[in-house]
Amino acid sequence: MLDHLSFESPKPKVIAGAKHDWELVIGMEVHAQVASKAKLFSGASTQFGAEPNSNVSFVDAAMPGMLPVINEFCVEQAVRTGLGLKAEINLVSAFDRKNYFYPDLPQGYQISQLYHPIVGEGEVIVDMEPGIARRVRIERIHIEQDAGKSIHDMDPAMSFVDLNRTGVALMEIVSRPDIRGPEEAAAYVVKLRQILRYLGTCDGNMQNGNLRADVNVSVCRPGQYEKYQETQDFSHLGTRCEIKNMNSMRFIQMAIDYEARRQIGILESGGQIDQETRLYDPDKNETRSMRSKEEAHDYRYFPCPDLLPLEIEQAWVDDIKASLPELPDEKKARFVKDFGLSEYDADVLTADTANAEYFEKVVDACGDGKLAANWVINELFGRLKKEDHDITDSPVSPAQLAGIIALIKADEISGKIAKDLFEIVYTEGGDPAEIVEARGMKQVTDTGAIEAAVDEIIAANPDQVEKAKQNPKLAGWFVGQVMKATGGKANPKAVNELVAKKLNG
Amino acid sequence: MTDLTKMKIAEARDALRAGDVTSVELTEACLSAIESADALGAFAHKTPEIARERAAAADARIKAGDAPDLCGIPLGIKDLFCTKGVPSQAASAILEGFKPEYESTVSQKLQDAGTVMLGKLNMDEFAMGSSNETSTYGNAVNPWRRGNDDAALTPGGSSGGSASAVAADLCLGATGTDTGGSIRQPAAFVGITGIKPTYGRCSRWGIVAFASSLDQAGPMTKDVRDAAIMLEAMCGHDPKDSTSADLPVPNFEAMLTGDVKGKTIGIPREYRMDGMPDEIEALWAEGRKMLEDAGAVMKDISLPHTKYALPAYYVIAPAEASSNLARYDGVRYGHRAKLAQGDGITEMYEKTRAEGFGAEVQRRVMVGTYVLSAGFYDAYYNRARKVRTLIKKDFEDVFAQGVDAILTPATPSAAFELGKEMTDPVEMYLNDVFTVTVNLAGLPGIAIPAGLDKSGLPLGLQLIGRPWEEGDLLNTACALEQAAGFVAKPTKWW
Repeated sequence: MLDHLSFESPKPKVIAGAKHDWELVIGMEVHAQVASKAKLFSGASTQFGAEPNSNVSFVDAAMPGMLPVINEFCVEQAVRTGLGLKAEINLVSAFDRKNYFYPDLPQGYQISQLYHPIVGEGEVIVDMEPGIARRVRIERIHIEQDAGKSIHDMDPAMSFVDLNRTGVALMEIVSRPDIRGPEEAAAYVVKLRQILRYLGTCDGNMQNGNLRADVNVSVCRPGQYEKYQETQDFSHLGTRCEIKNMNSMRFIQMAIDYEARRQIGILESGGQIDQETRLYDPDKNETRSMRSKEEAHDYRYFPCPDLLPLEIEQAWVDDIKASLPELPDEKKARFVKDFGLSEYDADVLTADTANAEYFEKVVDACGDGKLAANWVINELFGRLKKEDHDITDSPVSPAQLAGIIALIKADEISGKIAKDLFEIVYTEGGDPAEIVEARGMKQVTDTGAIEAAVDEIIAANPDQVEKAKQNPKLAGWFVGQVMKATGGKANPKAVNELVAKKLNG
Repeated sequence: MTDLTKMKIAEARDALRAGDVTSVELTEACLSAIESADALGAFAHKTPEIARERAAAADARIKAGDAPDLCGIPLGIKDLFCTKGVPSQAASAILEGFKPEYESTVSQKLQDAGTVMLGKLNMDEFAMGSSNETSTYGNAVNPWRRGNDDAALTPGGSSGGSASAVAADLCLGATGTDTGGSIRQPAAFVGITGIKPTYGRCSRWGIVAFASSLDQAGPMTKDVRDAAIMLEAMCGHDPKDSTSADLPVPNFEAMLTGDVKGKTIGIPREYRMDGMPDEIEALWAEGRKMLEDAGAVMKDISLPHTKYALPAYYVIAPAEASSNLARYDGVRYGHRAKLAQGDGITEMYEKTRAEGFGAEVQRRVMVGTYVLSAGFYDAYYNRARKVRTLIKKDFEDVFAQGVDAILTPATPSAAFELGKEMTDPVEMYLNDVFTVTVNLAGLPGIAIPAGLDKSGLPLGLQLIGRPWEEGDLLNTACALEQAAGFVAKPTKWW
């Protein structure tokens, strides 16, 4: 089975400066909260929305003498993620302490993996449009603890700290600077999120902060990037700035666009870019420097002496690999190949595992991939969206939708009736075949009855008959009249044939 | 009644079994000894109510039969161990008023074994010191004095309170912790036995961390047998400490045959230091002779990287400490400085830590921060780690050559006068010269008293064993102890 469909790389985004053209170079660090019931080192619950400071163990609060113990499931999730991104898994990795003071970091250090991450190089294929995609290399994935939450706006004089999030496991997924524009950056996050959700290793909820991105942006003159790619020598690229903590696809694009233009402005007026971390302010649509050089952190990374190196076995990795679900690229390729779907339709249907699962159930039951895709995408998704429903709580089950499609395929109902039937099933429920039977919605295939109707229309409209004889295209008018007269139940094929025969006869 | 406190753990155990004494009697004897020993400054927090309660419970358990060996034995617990509901301050002002809601694994094991906690013992602040003078409680004092000189001497450090309390018969045994020699040096200074087991033998969970890759708990007792009994109760695998070893705990006491015939004892030439007092040299020679007489084979060995151990230790330990002590920030527990109008979080950190940490702790936090900082990491911390690997290999090489244990002096001198060495930190750090290698290599090491210097102060010898072979090490120590026949006791002046 091919992994993904053939594609070409998109053109990089070019921004015209006052003096000349510039290209963007973007790398991302995505922090994805590991889907796990317990925290990375403490066993406390990770449940979102709990009372402040209720999911806090002695370890999370960094009480004296407390020690971290690794949560095996979180390690498994990181390995699963690595495998999903076709990355190498490091059987030996190690934890380091990143030291800094902040009230929501009780230990005074974050346990992370600087020197020996658990996952090495992988890749993400970022689809832009059918046939166009960017291959973004993943440099590494490491696991680390999240910090808590500081709340500064509840009291004029005091700050509050909620440690519920403290110690929750994060995966930091670091890309190479292979992203070449704001749209690609957003599409990269979308694709990564899709893969993580397929894998079940992160719920991807950006609103809750379960997926957030640090975006590294630099600009360079056309041609420079190609030199970097040839040599992997960063000196061909511009100085980068890191925009921290982005949790919206829209803001990611706006921030990159603003930041690139800011850098171009500085460079074109003869200035230099300071490598720094910046924050994006969506209200003002601008990025601002987070701290001055004097305040720059020296994190004093060193191996965490409380944890031994993390050693995992190849057999365990193999077991996880064997249990991986089919991933979006493969699923999409299969839908195109097996069901003859367009790449666009396949994209829509594989955006989410729930969509794909629903679709496949319909295909299994009705045996027609194209028709199933049509109905799922156009009728079902449209209707669900209208009422803000999700596929998982669709009032129409896959079996019901397959039943409707089967009736169309068997010529029992026309396409138009099928839409009415869909509406009935959607709002009232019930078995489609029984509804058609009980409500007399069956297509009339009795040629005698149809012929009578055709004769009646022809007899009543001699002028139209004359015109239609001159211009055969007008036959459609007669078909429409017949359909109207039969309440839409006449078999359109039979009507077409009879009308043509009578007009020409 | 006062004689009860002079009992050793093994004797008391047997007497408790025989019904010759009750735990309540033993405990009351210790409590009254403690009450009259404030001049020693050994106990930082006394817990007589807890002691009486546990003693009564222990007596009931003994009466019911099937009580563990240590049931009913009164002990002191170093202040570094978190003990539930009892002040646990690591002798630091920054943990003023801190009473943990949990019990350290080691003290819990001792409690489960039926021991009686008499109180929390004095120590150097965060276990950083070799004289007990960095304690926020004020220093503990050595019960020994030089002849008729009544100058106050150090009990050593950091487990100075533990050493003082055991030597002065305030308790039958005590817990200590050893990061660079903090069990062995004070044991040697007060004429008692102290063992630091292999790194990973005792759980570190619930012990206030100083330098996580070096810290180990161990017992401080009146003789080797007591150390064996108490160590067995303290160690064992703990899933809450990732560095704790999942190995069975042998019956150490059963291994004390005193037979060392055919054992090879290494004598490392690098431990002969310039300017080492003749008495220490002589003691070491005596130790060799004693083991030789007992049938062991002496072998001259080389541990070539020894001279780099002390500098490497004083990079690694402060580096880890600077990070471990970051949690004392005044946010969640312990001391928080009073803030002035307009002070923010930075001022809160700075004032709290300036007020809460003593000078030695501040020095080590700064040294540790420096050696980990960008641009210096490779030159200091990384180099120290490499040295550590070489030191470990030195030991592995000699053990591979068939050496069973290594004999060295425990300290470069006898107990020194309080207040004399505080002015020069490097001078103070030299106290650890014979002991830090053992921590860097993660090996078990034991100090036992082997003689007196000319002013009548105890001197100790150290035996270093193979990893996880504490039983064998204790047995070698037992043979040395029998040969040395050290029975001297300090004359009570307090």
